[in-house]
Amino acid sequence: MSEVAEKMSPDPTKIGADAETVLDVQGLKRYFDVSPPFLNRLIERTDKAFLKAVDGIDFRIERGETFSLVGESGCGKSTVARLVVGLYSPTGGSVTFEGQEIGGLSRKELVPVRRRMQMIFQDPYASLNPRWRVEDIIAEPIRFFGLTNNNNETLQRVGELLQLVNLSPKDMEKYPHEFSGGQRQRISIARALASEPDFLVCDEPTSALDVSVQAQILNLMKDLQKRLNLTYLFISHNLAVVYHMSDHIGVMYLGRLAEVAPAKTLFEKPRHPYTKLLLDTIPDLDMTGRERVPVAGEVPNPINPPSGCAFHPRCPFANDRCKAERPEPIKMPDGAAVACHGVEEGRIPEGPISGIASQDI
Amino acid sequence: MADSKTIEKPIVEEHMGLFARIGDSFRRFLDGDIFYSFIHSPITVIAFVVTVICFVLAAFAPWLAPHNTNDIATLLLDNAELPPFWSSYTASWGEELHGRTEFLLGTDPDGRDVLSGIIFGMQVSLIVGFGSVILAMAIGITLGLISGYIGGKTDSVIMRIADIQLSFPAILVALLLFGGIKSVLPPAERQDLAIWVLILAIGVSNWVQFARTVRGSTMVEKSKEYVQAARVIGLHPILIMIRHVLPNVMGPVLVIATINLALAIITEATLSFLGVGVPPTEPSLGTLIRVGQQYLFSGFWWMTIFPALALVVLALSVNLLGDWLRDALNPKLR
Repeated sequence: MSEVAEKMSPDPTKIGADAETVLDVQGLKRYFDVSPPFLNRLIERTDKAFLKAVDGIDFRIERGETFSLVGESGCGKSTVARLVVGLYSPTGGSVTFEGQEIGGLSRKELVPVRRRMQMIFQDPYASLNPRWRVEDIIAEPIRFFGLTNNNNETLQRVGELLQLVNLSPKDMEKYPHEFSGGQRQRISIARALASEPDFLVCDEPTSALDVSVQAQILNLMKDLQKRLNLTYLFISHNLAVVYHMSDHIGVMYLGRLAEVAPAKTLFEKPRHPYTKLLLDTIPDLDMTGRERVPVAGEVPNPINPPSGCAFHPRCPFANDRCKAERPEPIKMPDGAAVACHGVEEGRIPEGPISGIASQDI
Repeated sequence: MADSKTIEKPIVEEHMGLFARIGDSFRRFLDGDIFYSFIHSPITVIAFVVTVICFVLAAFAPWLAPHNTNDIATLLLDNAELPPFWSSYTASWGEELHGRTEFLLGTDPDGRDVLSGIIFGMQVSLIVGFGSVILAMAIGITLGLISGYIGGKTDSVIMRIADIQLSFPAILVALLLFGGIKSVLPPAERQDLAIWVLILAIGVSNWVQFARTVRGSTMVEKSKEYVQAARVIGLHPILIMIRHVLPNVMGPVLVIATINLALAIITEATLSFLGVGVPPTEPSLGTLIRVGQQYLFSGFWWMTIFPALALVVLALSVNLLGDWLRDALNPKLR
């Protein structure tokens, strides 16, 4: 291993302890106040309105693995990412990072946590300050956390980081606009790695990129994960990307987790009707010619979500219990957890449901 | 994908020096769109040249002006009421007075050279103009950044104050402030501090436009991911505002500053014309116009027309520069 990678890998004693929990999220909630202004409320006699972006989710991430959150737009997956890194403070529930509760910490108290937890953003054109040189962008965390002794060391380190993401150290002279989207995302990754973190939150890191570049960035991220023993929380709406990257996958629907399962299990044996419908929509070569059923309807309004199971208006198997009672996650023997009354009662058939769905929806 | 073993020592030695960097930025500026649009707009080039001439004249007034109008000892009543050098007129006592090349634009009733008066007046006008724009910028940018970045109640309070101030004409606010501040000063210092009070009054009356512009741009920049990245690193909000947001909102501020400079010069001239501005011992362009216009009906047109022309030319050039800057920095018009 090179000097760089050695410096960046975490304490070896920690690697030995397998299945160490890096991030533990319990009952995490985040409501946004979307009420009209006070005067309007007074005159129109309306109550305060809250958008339940994240409404009680639990998951845990073990060291060295990639945990992915998937779901349609507006299901709250990006809000989870922002809650985890502390850009939003949670309305309820807890976020425990390496054994330390970080939910209600102030900016100052969060500083040591943030050195070990960084974020990669979605839009590489917005995530780099256009007025700054690459060296200053990447050096910012190094300087902020005081990781080097002098400026020469900092620049040396920036050069190493650029090489780590397969860019040239000479690129540090340039401005972000001199780079392509993929290169910018590499710079973004280099910045995220600059403080030597061991946990990265990746909020749709490839969705703004060209398909040909997506694979390069994903492979780079996998490679870095192996070399630096990184743990990822990966947010995406692209199921193919998620399958490629993940060890565990959480499927989100309207601020709640519908199903959490190991990646293989989820793709081979999806249990929740929503997961089944999502997987049905993936185009693949074997199934060419088969009639594909899109997930019917739209995501309901999160300000006024459906009663009981949030998915019941779109679910072909919904019954009265689904409309009334909110399902809690049920642990399965193979490590999956499914929040569905139908699965609990055994009335969801195995295999794809497109045949049934096309009649019922 | 490069294997980790192939990583070499980075080339820190090749790092550019400061001078090379400045040269690099300058070359980039010459190649850039802004310089291109500048050189292809003759009016802007003329406005720029005129502005630079005014600035240089004002900055080096004691050396460039033919006479020192502030030195009363050099004034001779023999030289009073002389017309511009190319013209002549018959004085009230019957003598035919000819303009002299010594006093290119004629003299005033005290024998002061009008041209030198204009140059010294421009100095005062520009000092007040720049001073008040810098003050307005400082207040406006600070409040705009805070308002836009923090939002919520802070934003509401600052913006309501701005709205209230905007409902009064800027000249009225400046007039009130000027009168108010001057009246609390000890009488002995009123004369000496007049110019600073004027800068304060005009500056405070013009901050709103800066604050509104900066607030708007800040709200846009705040939601961008590079600001969030800085927040994830844990930077203090004040540092984020200064280091990240500020450089990205300065474009429109520069445009407003340029246009406001012309506005401040005119405001100063208006106040001085009304007789509340700088004291007559340090005449600005507005004072010259006011003093001169008393003699307009006596036929001494040069005493007020030339300072007025100088004011128009100065304000117009600065304004034209501001207009061009606004268009040049607007990506939609490129």
